[in-house]
Amino acid sequence: MELDLSTLAKAIAIGLGAFGPGLGIGMIGAKAMEAIGRNPEAANKILVPMLLACAFAEAIAIYALVIAFSIK
Amino acid sequence: MEVKEINTIKETGGTEGIIYETTLFAEPILHLKDFTITNALFSSWMAVLILIVLAVILRKKLREVPSILQNIFEVIIEGALDLCDQVTNSRALSIKVFPIAISVFFFVLVNNWLGLLPIGGLGLLERGEEGLAFIPFLRGGTADVNTTLALALMAVFGANFFGIFSIGIWKIFNKYVNLKMLGQIFTKIKEDKTIIIVAPITFFVGLLELIGEFAKIASLSFRLFGNVFAGEVLLASMAALFAYILPVPFLFLEILVGVIQALIFSMLLVVYFTISATDHDAHDEHEKHEENMVVSV
Repeated sequence: MELDLSTLAKAIAIGLGAFGPGLGIGMIGAKAMEAIGRNPEAANKILVPMLLACAFAEAIAIYALVIAFSIK
Repeated sequence: MEVKEINTIKETGGTEGIIYETTLFAEPILHLKDFTITNALFSSWMAVLILIVLAVILRKKLREVPSILQNIFEVIIEGALDLCDQVTNSRALSIKVFPIAISVFFFVLVNNWLGLLPIGGLGLLERGEEGLAFIPFLRGGTADVNTTLALALMAVFGANFFGIFSIGIWKIFNKYVNLKMLGQIFTKIKEDKTIIIVAPITFFVGLLELIGEFAKIASLSFRLFGNVFAGEVLLASMAALFAYILPVPFLFLEILVGVIQALIFSMLLVVYFTISATDHDAHDEHEKHEENMVVSV
């Protein structure tokens, strides 16, 4: 069996790269839920900054994905 | 070219497989002497055409009592101006920055959404090194890293030029190469002995900000490119898995992602323009003035 290093490299790149952002987005969501729970009327005000923060955290995972795509 | 390929398929009895992969780089569809027109460029032109037609229609039908289309756009623009105000904290600055921010928003939005339309089935068959490959005519403009890189470069350079026009080139120069701090070593050495350590550190922080600008360009372009391109690959994979009901929730996800990424790009543009145009020294002088007033009373 030929050890195909490039496939392994792609897998490691996206696998490890999605770990941090996954945790990050989970934490953002958790804090947002907590804030809404304390003050249900502020739900609309919390929604937009939460989505913004999620998109920033997701961008890190996207950088890892781009590297995974560009490994030949 | 298409007739030759169809003949080839007839010769091989239709057994030659056609490659239908989404590639990282946009495929060229036309060569004009030295200038290659890729399918992403073509889609960007279509997006600009759509926006121009929309703008002309709105302008012709501008009335005191708005029609449905005018109403929708009035709601969107009012909401966007309020969002802009939350970032800039000043209506005058908002009105200066708003035109470019909202144009970038609509351009990115239409480009993101054009990649979702099913007209991606029209295209050319081209013989490459690995055999026949299918090249679609229409591919989302922002799914090509060239478009997003161009937009990011425009955003960051635009922010710096906006700062130069707002507060003058000496202040913007001092943001990166902090010569004023180095000069202050000589003027403030009598009042504040620690300035001899603080000033070189501030000078190097200024140089690091220059590297930060390049990081901004990279992050802006890759965030948008990565989201849209990954969405395309995801849709293709889902459709290859089971073509009927499965891609539908992913299509909704991609519509939402298109809106969110366009919103984030334009909001970051407003943030960068605002940071460039805020004069920190005026704020500091104002604070010192207030301090003096309080002490003297």
